[in-house]
Amino acid sequence: MMNFDYVRPASVADAIAEASEKGATYLASGTNLLDLMKGGVSRPSRLVDVTRLPGLDRIEHLADGGLRIGALVRNADLAHDADFARNYPAIAEALLSGASAQLRNAATVGGNLMQRTRCAYFYDAGSACNRRWPGAGCDALKGENRLHAVLGWSEGCIATHPSDFCVPLVGLDAVVEIEGKGGRRELPLEALHRLPGETPERETALERGDLIVALRLPTEAKNFAGHSRYIKVRERTSYAFAVVSAAAALRIEDGKIREARLALGGVAAKPWRARGAEQVLAGAAPDAAVYREAARAALADAKPSGDNAFKIELAQRIVVRALTLAAAGTPDRIPALPGSPFSSVAGA
Amino acid sequence: MTVELNLTRDPAHLRHGSNIGQPLRRTDGALKVTGKARYAADNHPPGMVYAVIATSCIARGRVTALCVDAAKRHPGVIDVMTPAHKPELAEDPDAKGNPFAFRMELLQSDEVRYANQAIAVVIAETLEAATEGAALLSPRYQVEIARVGLDAGETYVPPAVGIGHPAEVRHGDIDAGLAAASKRIDATYETPAQYHNAMEPHAIVAVWDGDRLFIDTPSQGMAMAQMRIAGLFGIPPANIHINSPFLGGGFGSKGLVSGPQVLGVMAAKLVGRPVKLVLRRSQMYGPVGHRPPTRQRIRIGTGDDGLLTALEHEARITTSSFDDFYEPAADASHTLYASPAIRTAHQAVRVDTGTPLFMRAPGEATGSIALESAIDEAAFACGIDPLEFRLKNYAEVEPTTGKPFSSKALRQCYAKAAERFGWAGRPLQPKQMRDENGFLVGWGMGTATFPALMFQGNARAVIRADGRGVMESGAHDMGQGAWTALTQISADALALDLDQISFLSGTSDLPDAGIAGGSAHTATVGAAIHNAGAAVIAKLAELATSDERSPLFGAGNAGVVARAGRLHRRDDDARSESYAEILARAGVAEVEASGTGAADPAAQSQYAMHAHGAVFAEVKVDPELGQIRATRLVGAFAAGRIINPLMVRSQLYGGMIWGLSFALHEEAVMDKRSGRILNANLAEYHVPVNADVPPMEVITVDEHDPHVNPLGIKGVGEIGITGSAGAVANAVFHATGIRVRNFPIKIEEVVMGLGG
Repeated sequence: MMNFDYVRPASVADAIAEASEKGATYLASGTNLLDLMKGGVSRPSRLVDVTRLPGLDRIEHLADGGLRIGALVRNADLAHDADFARNYPAIAEALLSGASAQLRNAATVGGNLMQRTRCAYFYDAGSACNRRWPGAGCDALKGENRLHAVLGWSEGCIATHPSDFCVPLVGLDAVVEIEGKGGRRELPLEALHRLPGETPERETALERGDLIVALRLPTEAKNFAGHSRYIKVRERTSYAFAVVSAAAALRIEDGKIREARLALGGVAAKPWRARGAEQVLAGAAPDAAVYREAARAALADAKPSGDNAFKIELAQRIVVRALTLAAAGTPDRIPALPGSPFSSVAGA
Repeated sequence: MTVELNLTRDPAHLRHGSNIGQPLRRTDGALKVTGKARYAADNHPPGMVYAVIATSCIARGRVTALCVDAAKRHPGVIDVMTPAHKPELAEDPDAKGNPFAFRMELLQSDEVRYANQAIAVVIAETLEAATEGAALLSPRYQVEIARVGLDAGETYVPPAVGIGHPAEVRHGDIDAGLAAASKRIDATYETPAQYHNAMEPHAIVAVWDGDRLFIDTPSQGMAMAQMRIAGLFGIPPANIHINSPFLGGGFGSKGLVSGPQVLGVMAAKLVGRPVKLVLRRSQMYGPVGHRPPTRQRIRIGTGDDGLLTALEHEARITTSSFDDFYEPAADASHTLYASPAIRTAHQAVRVDTGTPLFMRAPGEATGSIALESAIDEAAFACGIDPLEFRLKNYAEVEPTTGKPFSSKALRQCYAKAAERFGWAGRPLQPKQMRDENGFLVGWGMGTATFPALMFQGNARAVIRADGRGVMESGAHDMGQGAWTALTQISADALALDLDQISFLSGTSDLPDAGIAGGSAHTATVGAAIHNAGAAVIAKLAELATSDERSPLFGAGNAGVVARAGRLHRRDDDARSESYAEILARAGVAEVEASGTGAADPAAQSQYAMHAHGAVFAEVKVDPELGQIRATRLVGAFAAGRIINPLMVRSQLYGGMIWGLSFALHEEAVMDKRSGRILNANLAEYHVPVNADVPPMEVITVDEHDPHVNPLGIKGVGEIGITGSAGAVANAVFHATGIRVRNFPIKIEEVVMGLGG
């Protein structure tokens, strides 16, 4: 591995100063970054270890009913927080469907938001990749791309965002708190990750030195607790990224869907909020026909980027399933096979 | 260094009659779970430095430049081994001295034959410095277009497949058989490239002392490794001391010493210091063998009665551009089903990959999933239950040779597994069963088979003055339990209790135990141990029966029997003498004798020797999303004498899980343009996780086989994969009505077939 500086700042301000230099990058648990460094995909000259920054590992209930999650809270700790799982069950289920137990124990909330795509061509230093090397081209485009994007992709990049966690978050209007050289600002999570367009190398809206310090869920996110699910189709039951996933959250009153939230994973370079589908659902009676219509709306703009046309069909079916299960009501406890279509199987 | 493991005598280890057949727990288990088992890469001799291989990112062409200076300038880098700067070898690494000498890349030229090939080795004081040194080499290439996949070029008929098997075998008249058929199946199946992915990567710690070489490296065949390394470095094999007490899995990839391991030895020679070289996970996808992709066309003809009239199995396989290993995929059709006409044939294509090699059940694994799928298709076409169809076409003798089987309890396997699984009443038509949650349920089955092979191995037995015994054999424990099973056989061979013997193994300084492969290690080394024990007891008997002071005097060797550390007269059990008493009176410190285990050519020419089994699988399939989940696996296996039922069960479980993996998960994905493998890591090269493994059951069916070898052992290392993969695939068909013929079964094939 290349030699690099390692610094462990004592404060957020120091961290930002350390990370503002060219070649510097933040290190949290390193569940993704260290692999990238070992593979020669990422070669930072300085690692700014933020894991010991004070005060960022707390889950705080805000006076307005919202929730503030410190960027250093571990994925597993968040998912197993009883209040959190009760109020935001789809997020907890998504967290537990991701990676492996060991990785969830290490990974942090902030780091999860910043994980890179799993596109094999991004990881393969011998391949052309516009994310790694702007202007190099995209070898995924005519390569092995059955799992690549069907929404929001460009000729320059067809990679997907791999996070499970971000899918229900973006559906529930999560907000990211950022500290940077210019002070504190916040950004809807939906605006954090960028679609590739002409500049696939610009993966997020963060500027050099920017540090995610917290994630906030607004007051109304809790309103969906009774009708929330995350469903993930994957190629093995654990430790596999989503082929396609969906988070559905409904507010049902008097037999009508008053408000719906729907987001998809594994379909685009960002967690995909399906607002068109939400509009279809709002005010409708919860039934299969309206779910199918919502699914069509969610994938209306989809087109294959390669050998992945099946994902468009599969995504629509997952939307229908997630809505069906959400409408049926959040299970009392998170299933033993979180996110799995088989999670309703006894003993699964 | 030799490793010696003594059994502790806790209740589970108490001997009840024969030691053979007892479910002893692993003798090395406690060492492993406490971290005390020292694997190759755990060794750190004084002065040791680190070597890291720089690998090619092109699959075909030449290396035109390496920034050696940049690497050497990096702090800690000691030297950079390249084609222009390396120790001289005594032998061309591309020479083919024997059928097991596969060509290896030892920096003999700037040619690149496949992606992940070694193109240089950086030696440094630390692993980190060597790793960065390798990155700094920034190779430049002259790239040629890579030949990738089963359609990469002209096909040809290989000179032989597997180890010297004919590429084509004909029995009866296929055309006539197909013409006479009332139902015909003509189906083509594809299986992907797979990589062994042993948990422990190939690793070596090499120390030169003059022209003696000491190496720690995982090996499934130490004596063959000695020979190969001796030839390359021009030193006698006896000068090479290999320690390989524990392997973190091998699956065939450690059967022959690989190029990277030899590069470690070269690096140690170059810098004159002990060197450690460990492959990174991604570097295991190239130079250490793999299971090649196959395309298999099977044609089956059946009569109105459901009896086979013809079975034709043609396989196209890939091999490397520069060497010859041919996966004998079609050979799986030689033995299982009776047909008046059988034809198997192979065609090969040269591609720019490393040379494929033996991978757990080579030929049988790939061939079995195609054959068992095709048999399922034939049964379905005939409207006959798949089990009944197999029983109708049961081979009473080996179909292609007409030889009787040395033993074959396959009928009992079918019956026991079917009963346990609850197969009766299975609807013939697919998509008929649903569970209480609405998931589609399917039941499938497959027949398992693997030849009962024997290699050659030796053992040395000693009985010491104190009456204790020692058994020595340089055997190999890849995790399968050789330490334990061979200790059990040793105790019986010496007629001593387990706590009265020591079993020494795991190093090349002990008698050559042959290769741990072909599911033949326990049979081969077990026979050697059995013979060594018999020979040493014969010597002891000679001492006693020729001494008039002994109560055994005059009984003759055949007139005494050894039991629990004593020799007894056969005609008067009360007259006996302990081993220690015999040696003490004779004034002999110890007696020793050697034994060899090898195949009996006479028995082999007379009998067909195979292990068999039957595997039943249940899967559930989400009717809209296409997600598949195996929910039950039951297998019954007849594999001759079972030495240790606990370890055998583990082996069979492992094999069956690999079968599940073969059907649903495992595949190396290669970029068709570059020839690079895109998922050379354990995150994306999928094998089942615990949550994918259903409740499983293994039944062993007793089989007494007096012909295979003295102990009647058939071996269980590989058979578990066969049958299982097909059973899962057939269950998916039964659940969905969708016949997927490309493995692993991918979600898109199922989801698009299911309809909305």
